[in-house]
Amino acid sequence: MSVVFKPDETFRGEFTYSNSVAAIRRFPLPFAEDNYMYSVNIEPHAPGPKGSVTEFAFDVDEHYVAECKERALVLAAEPLRYQALPHMMSSQWDCLELVMESLSHDYPQLFSLERRSNAWHWINRPLGLDQRFTFGDVASLPCEPLDYATRQAQGDFVVMDQRDGDLWAEAGMVTTQADWSMDFDLGMTFREWHGPVPLAHEMQVFDRALKFLLNLRLGAPVRRLNWTMTVHPRLDTSPENYPKWGQDRARVTAKDAGDLVHLRVELQGLWRLPRSNAIVFGIRCYLISVRELATVPKWARRVHRVLKGLHPALVDYKGLTRYRDAVVEWLAPFDDGAPTTPGAGPE
Amino acid sequence: MSGGQTIEVVVKAIEQVTPLIKHFQLASPRGEALPAFSGGSHVIVVMRGEARVHRNPYSLLSAPQNLDSYEIAVRRMDESRGGSHFMHDRLRVGSQLEIAHPVNLFGLDKIARKHLMIAGGIGITPFLAQLEDLHGGLVPYELHYSVRSAEHAAFLARLQAREQEHVHIYYDSENQVIDFEGLLSKQPLGTHVYVCGPAGFIGRVLDAARGCGWSPSHVHWEQFSAPPTGDVFQVQLARSMKKIVVPQDSTLLEAIEAAGVDVPYLCRGGVCGFCQSKVIECDGELLHYDHFLSDAEKAGGKTIMPCVSRARANHLVLDL
Repeated sequence: MSVVFKPDETFRGEFTYSNSVAAIRRFPLPFAEDNYMYSVNIEPHAPGPKGSVTEFAFDVDEHYVAECKERALVLAAEPLRYQALPHMMSSQWDCLELVMESLSHDYPQLFSLERRSNAWHWINRPLGLDQRFTFGDVASLPCEPLDYATRQAQGDFVVMDQRDGDLWAEAGMVTTQADWSMDFDLGMTFREWHGPVPLAHEMQVFDRALKFLLNLRLGAPVRRLNWTMTVHPRLDTSPENYPKWGQDRARVTAKDAGDLVHLRVELQGLWRLPRSNAIVFGIRCYLISVRELATVPKWARRVHRVLKGLHPALVDYKGLTRYRDAVVEWLAPFDDGAPTTPGAGPE
Repeated sequence: MSGGQTIEVVVKAIEQVTPLIKHFQLASPRGEALPAFSGGSHVIVVMRGEARVHRNPYSLLSAPQNLDSYEIAVRRMDESRGGSHFMHDRLRVGSQLEIAHPVNLFGLDKIARKHLMIAGGIGITPFLAQLEDLHGGLVPYELHYSVRSAEHAAFLARLQAREQEHVHIYYDSENQVIDFEGLLSKQPLGTHVYVCGPAGFIGRVLDAARGCGWSPSHVHWEQFSAPPTGDVFQVQLARSMKKIVVPQDSTLLEAIEAAGVDVPYLCRGGVCGFCQSKVIECDGELLHYDHFLSDAEKAGGKTIMPCVSRARANHLVLDL
């Protein structure tokens, strides 16, 4: 698939972001059934069908250039969205290698990487970057390696050190998050970091997930989907900027819900890193307006049913309390009660 | 395969480094770089013998920066279940092997203020790779290496050449013993201790650490002992509907694999918990040899680690 970028679309201000018909068709809907509850829904991050968002380790889509621009804007205003503790340097180089190797291997027309021992040459054509550097030498890059690599990738990245039978969030680039903060969570253990999530602790979801991740193998990455909803296609819904976006939630009506409200899906990937034995957690955010979703009849029915039956604690935690009913009302005319086919695909 | 995708390697060099230890250099047959790893990692080596397949874990001892080849060292065991004899007697330069991706269950703590490493015999191997990671860094470290005699001290030249001021060697033949209590009682705050060697050796270090009031979070150990042998017993695998016999010198996991049933594993030493399997029925006694399950779980009889544990029962059914 050759990607046609939309470099001028925005995730703030006029919110000109939208999905092409092709982007809608490949949207990773997280609902395989007409209802939703937490589960340890982890599967191998094996290559998915051609053209799907899981075809490659990191999906590069039509929003790539615009998302990198958006990230640069966030970082310019708030540099602490990127942070790394000093003992995480070897994991930073691991991450840079993972990102550069994957992108250049999977999208050779867009990215190239030449390695002669530690002398590396990286070319990013969509962003117009050409960088020679020495692998392992921070001074040879314009910024720290994790910072450098993830400024050129879509989605957030958190690097977790493994020690004392736990995973510690100790480095990260987080600018496209669903209301959580790297600055606040830096240095937390796996359970502390997930502290605010309701129900899942009682279901022992995190105990089981942690046990699984502590044994995550090199060369055997895994993935899962998570979701919430956001008013406007706003990537940066951070607690730091809550005053800028929190009030949007009160503005949604059943008339404009289809255009204002977006389903926000996170494709989360987890990789064991070789030199540091750390784990990188990639959180790639996909946004789709409810109107765009409703162009697929099965999805309109399904999302209507999922939202209608969603557990009240999840409605609150996901921040949908003020506008869930408006979205359900907007979608109701699309749901004729016909059964939906199994699986999350568009047909 | 359940250890994840395997990597094909070819034996590039073999060296008898002590009367009992052989040192192997493994490389990609196509000359490609092997996957990067961290000091303390092991690989599972898959040995396809005539009678059966052995899968033994060996620590990587080579420098993690050098990915042209991996190095491992294998001690010939007297009571070999076959793996170490296969490595010693059957492998030649040019022999083909499969290995699983490196796994690290014995990594250095990255926020330690000091690393104190204690090796007994062949337990030196993971430290050799870790020393490469620590060399020239800012964090102080020392290695205490206890070995039978100079003749049996593997990699002595390598250690002495580069790590003279960090390494302390103790020869049994000269009645030199490590004073564990003395050593562990005088370490600065923030020190982590790592021990690898025979079971009794590890046990003495852990006892000394407990006695000196060390926090368990600062005490790390790794033991690669051959899984225990035992009486023959029968097992029924409920999901795959198979009935198998576990021979005396095979583990339950090996017998299950030989029957064509895949069980996910990582360490094959009863430590990581990955191969944990549900016991549906057991009319006798489960013989738990692992270090993973709690005493309550062991007594509960509902779960077993097939990589090391066995059973004394007429009727055992596993959810596999």
